[in-house]
This record gives sequence, structure tokens and C-alpha cells, in this order.
Amino acid sequence: MRYSDEHSLLYGQRETQISRFKAWVLLLVPLAAILFQVYIPLFFQFLAYLELPLIVTVYFALMRRSPIGGLFVGAFVGLAQDSLSKNPLGMFGITKTIVGYVAASVGLRLDVDHPLIRLILGFFFFVFHQFIFWALSRGLLGQQVAFETQRTLVLGLLNAIVAVSLFHFLDKLKERA
Amino acid sequence: METLLNRYRNITVLLLVIFAQLILLAYQVKNDSDVRLIRVWAVTAVTPLARTIEGARGGTEGFLQNYVFLRDTHSENEHMRTELGRLKLENQFLKTELATADRAKALQAFEQRSLSKMIAARVIATATGASASAVFVDRGSTLGVEKGMGVVTPDGIVGKVLAAYPTASLVLLATDPSFAAGVVSQKNHVRGILKGIGHGNCRVDYVQNEEKVETGEWFYTSGDDRIFPKGMPVGQVTAARPGNPFQEISLDPAGLASGLEEVLIVLQGVHQEIPDLKTASQDVYVGPPPPAGPADAQPASAQDASNPGANGAPVLPTDADKIREHYKDIGDAQGHKFGENPPGSKPVDFNFQIKPGDKPPAAKPVPSAKPPAAPAAAPTAKPDNQ
Repeated sequence: MRYSDEHSLLYGQRETQISRFKAWVLLLVPLAAILFQVYIPLFFQFLAYLELPLIVTVYFALMRRSPIGGLFVGAFVGLAQDSLSKNPLGMFGITKTIVGYVAASVGLRLDVDHPLIRLILGFFFFVFHQFIFWALSRGLLGQQVAFETQRTLVLGLLNAIVAVSLFHFLDKLKERA
Repeated sequence: METLLNRYRNITVLLLVIFAQLILLAYQVKNDSDVRLIRVWAVTAVTPLARTIEGARGGTEGFLQNYVFLRDTHSENEHMRTELGRLKLENQFLKTELATADRAKALQAFEQRSLSKMIAARVIATATGASASAVFVDRGSTLGVEKGMGVVTPDGIVGKVLAAYPTASLVLLATDPSFAAGVVSQKNHVRGILKGIGHGNCRVDYVQNEEKVETGEWFYTSGDDRIFPKGMPVGQVTAARPGNPFQEISLDPAGLASGLEEVLIVLQGVHQEIPDLKTASQDVYVGPPPPAGPADAQPASAQDASNPGANGAPVLPTDADKIREHYKDIGDAQGHKFGENPPGSKPVDFNFQIKPGDKPPAAKPVPSAKPPAAPAAAPTAKPDNQ
């Protein structure tokens, strides 16, 4: 078997593992994530550092394994988040569009059902998200903000741990074949 | 061409979506003053939901506290009937304390006391983003809230209205790096610009190194920014050290110190004076009159002793009184009565030296022509009552 055949086979296997969700899951879960971020930090301030909209975006992009689907999920979640933030519309939108696209592309190549892979991906995508957002803030808005590496890494780890648990819960909402 | 598009379909769509959002972003940044319709829709859709959730939570909590827990409290009170009287008094005291500490009442009192026109608002949500330093309040443009209005509490300033939607407003907190307000120190009236640093404290910029700012000193709004009226407390200086080119002043914002629940939006600001510092020289201590010593036992004149002041203390003689008394003694020693001697009589010798024993008691009338006899008694111990 040639490499190209083997690669196509692996790619095809991954594509057959596409998870499907009901429409209300795709609508309500991101909405709940955004509401969580808007409302819960009023009572538990430390939970403001949880990027649930990002985790949900990464999950749907990874599971759907469709780059176009992933980028649209990211764009919609990001724009919804933008509309409830102090930033101009599009900052979170662009960031999450890129994250959704990359996550879906990664989902095509990796076994994203393994908890360790999910932990690593959760950490990576949080740092990636923060970095793109920081770059856009400096590049497009001209804001002189510093990239707090240490803080981002710690928050990335915390978000990754939450992501693994949340992914496990969201797996139960998948449509059965 | 079609094959090429199919081959790079994913990346093409990605670029298109990002490009569309970039256009959107660029358009907004250019026209910063208008509120986007998507924001209005999103906020109008989300804030009633947040309000409903908050109402449900408050209702549930109220139900539990007012019914379930109250029943336990009531049964517990049954067992403590003997101490009811004491508990009532204690309860009354605590109620008063609670009422005083009640934030809503404090806000209302502050609102009435302040000359500025304000509207009370409740924080119903925080803005999205991991490092968001903005909150949503439940008062919007339908109640007169506009972009750029100041937001305060009785403790100090909180932030400013970033966007006013029909049912809610987005408030940028003073800790946000994009926040700025004109401030002035209380003691030396040093002016500067308050800026957020993203979390916790704020800093005061553009203060020359020569200006004196002390740790613990209060800063107030200067009114220069046309957001906050002059004279509102901002916070206390936690650190001040020389920097390049300006001083590095760290400030603890008083309005955000105890958490945010209710705030006041300044609809129409009225400048107020910055309260003065109380210095030691302003409080003048007025002590009681000194106790009567041996020298004071004999008053300078009988009139002085018999005419106490308004507070009952004897009136101390002036220099004029002392001279008058001296001439009167000289006249008495020579048998001269001022204003009564006929014309042509011997004038009084004002150079006459009075010996200590010669001073006659003022009570005794002295014959006009004769020199006084030896004094009957030394009047040193008791004052004359005449």
C-alpha cells in the first residue's frame, strides 16, 4: 500500500467519524456558554477567566471535522460574544473563526476522543486564541497591551481541565447513529 | 478555475469570512459614535433573559429565606422566649445597623445629598472576555442614559457609560486600560489623569516629579473631563514614587473596593467643592479660666469683683482700669474726691507716692480736707464688697 493510499484511508476513516448534533444543541450550548460568561462572574468573579464560548467552539469544530462548519461556528459564537463586549464587532469573531477552522482541521488528523489529546488541544487553543486576540488588538486597534505569558499559560491549563470535563458532558448530546 | 476553487474551498471560505469581519471591524472603528444594530439586538435579547434569571434567583432565595428558614427561626424563637425582650432590643439595634449599611438606602441618601441629577441602576451582567472590565446595568437610553455619562457610588467613581441600549447600558470600569478621567489631589491640588491598568488598582498619570503627592492622600474628580462633576471621591494613593518623565502614582479606586451591585448614573453633573483637609491649627482649644490664686484674691477693684462676666468669672482689669485705680488711690490718700471738690481747692498731687500701708480701704469714706488716717485694717485678705 502506497503512502498516499494509506493517507486517504486514514483521512476517510476520520471523516466517517463525524459527530452530528441536533439543531437545538448547536444553538443552545453556545448561547448557554455566552450567558455563563456574562452572568456567573457576577457571583463568582474567578470564573470570569473561563472561556466557555471558546471551549464550545473548539468542541463543535473538533467533532464536526469540517473546516467550513468550524469556522462558521467560530464566527457566530465570536460575533455574539463581541456584541456583548466592549470591543468592536469582529475582534472575537475573527479570532474564533480562525480557531474554529484550525480546530476542525486538527480534528481531521487526530483522534480527538482521547482525554489527553483533548487536554493538550484545550490548552493549545486557549493560548492560540489569546495570542490572536492580542495580535489583533495591537495590529488592528493599535492598543498597547502586553501579552501576559505566565498568566495565559496558567489560565490555559485551567481552561483545558474544564474543557476535558465539558467535552465529556457534551459527548452525551451527540446524535446516535 | 472551478477545480482550483474546489481544491482550496476551505481556505477560501475562511478568508472570505475573515475578510467580511475585517470590513465590519474597520467600518466600526471608523464610526465609533454610532451604536450598531446587532449590538442593540443582542443586548435587548440577552438582558431580559439575564433579568429573568436574576429575578428567579432572587425569588428562590427570598422564598427560602422568608419561608423555609423563617420557620426554623420561629421554632428556635419559641425555645428562647425567656430572652425575647433582650433579643427584641438587640434585633432593633441590628435592624438599625442593617438599614444604615443598606447599599440601596446609602445610594438614595447620596443621590438626595448630591446636587447632581442621578439615576440608580443595578449591575445585571458582566461583559464577555476573560479580562473584561465592563459591566451591564439595567438602565438604558429609554430612561435618559447616554453614552459618556459618569457612573458613581457614594464611595467613589465607578466608570463611564460606554454604550446606552434601550433597556441596558454597558459601563466601562475605571480599572480598564482605556478608561481615563481628570483628577486632583485633596491636599496640594495636584492635577493628573486617572487611568486603569486592567486589574485592581489604577494609576495617576502626568504628575510632575516636583509635585508633592503623599501615600494615603485622596484624589477627587477635577471636572475637566466633562464626564464626572468636580469633587467626587476617586480613591486613595497606595504608592507614589518619582518616575521618568512623570511620577508613578498607584491609586486604589474607592468606588470598586466593596464590589458592585448598585450604582448611580450621573445624568446631569453639578460641580462641587473638594472637601478641605482638617488641620490641627483649625481646632482651637479654649480652656476654662485659671483658678483664683493668692494674687487674684484681691481684685483690682471692687467693681471688677462685683461685676462678673457673662460666664460668672470675674472680669480682668485692663490697663486703663489700673491707671484709673492708681489715681483714685492717690486722690484718696490726699483726701481728694474727684469731681466733688469745690473750685479753688488744693489740686491733687499725682506724684504722691503711696506706701503699701497707706492705701485706704475703698469702703471707708474719707473726709475731703483731711489726709487719711492710718488704715483700719489691711484689705489684703478679703475683697471689698462695695
